[in-house]
Amino acid sequence: MDDAELLRRLLGGDEKAFTELVVRYNATLIRIALYYVNNQASAEDVAQDTWIAVLRGVDKFEGRSSFKTWLFRILVNRARSTGVREHRSISIDPLDHDASVAANRFDEGGAWRAAPEPFTDAIDRAVANEKIIGLVHDAIARLGEPQRAVVTLRDVEGLSTMEVAELLELSVANVRVILHRGRARVRSDVETNLQGGGS
Amino acid sequence: MRLTMHPLVCQQAVELMSDYLDGSLSRRDRRRLEKHLAACAHCSTYLDQMRATIAASGAVRPDDLDPQALDELTELFRQFRGDGDGT
Repeated sequence: MDDAELLRRLLGGDEKAFTELVVRYNATLIRIALYYVNNQASAEDVAQDTWIAVLRGVDKFEGRSSFKTWLFRILVNRARSTGVREHRSISIDPLDHDASVAANRFDEGGAWRAAPEPFTDAIDRAVANEKIIGLVHDAIARLGEPQRAVVTLRDVEGLSTMEVAELLELSVANVRVILHRGRARVRSDVETNLQGGGS
Repeated sequence: MRLTMHPLVCQQAVELMSDYLDGSLSRRDRRRLEKHLAACAHCSTYLDQMRATIAASGAVRPDDLDPQALDELTELFRQFRGDGDGT
């Protein structure tokens, strides 16, 4: 069932529709809140406040944006003010110059010393995909901020770069750089674990 | 001013892949990268890895919810439905 249908049911007072939305989005809300607040407990509180705001405001939601975008905006507004109260300073370091691939994997001329291994070669594609999804999940959880928030919103939740930029009050150029770093780190993490963990 | 394009080396090419997949490279950089990819199997593999990473991110399922959190939120919902403002 898509979000719009769940929302319709929620408006009709359907409890299952509400819990389904909670199951679908609460973990992401907490994850995004952690970009702004000091700790897990604060992030959980902010997520709960967000659901209260959803229940209060759902009948006024006009559907001009997607439910997801609306929900994340409510979350970010709350998380931001909580972060301000906690005097949390957000360290945005898009100019972190880590290379996408360790320098020692290239020769003096900048060419690969050895071929990178394809992710989905040899083993059964569906099994490989499941495995990669698990590794990507863990790798995203290990990312530092702001990469984790940006990768979660852009690649996990599928928001556009522009939407991510507006939501997190970053420039589009910064979102691109952060996304690039985050994806490169996730890729590299998956590569390491595929090799280390065997198939 | 030189108008010829400097060819990319692999180490530079990998830094352009994310923007390439999002369609946000400048025309010039896109052409340089595509020219490099056409001749470099290793970087093409890297690009496939990056594609697989992004596709897998989109397929990540939400973390399991703490049952207590779900109970609390369900209780909240019932309060709202009960008295209209949840207080």
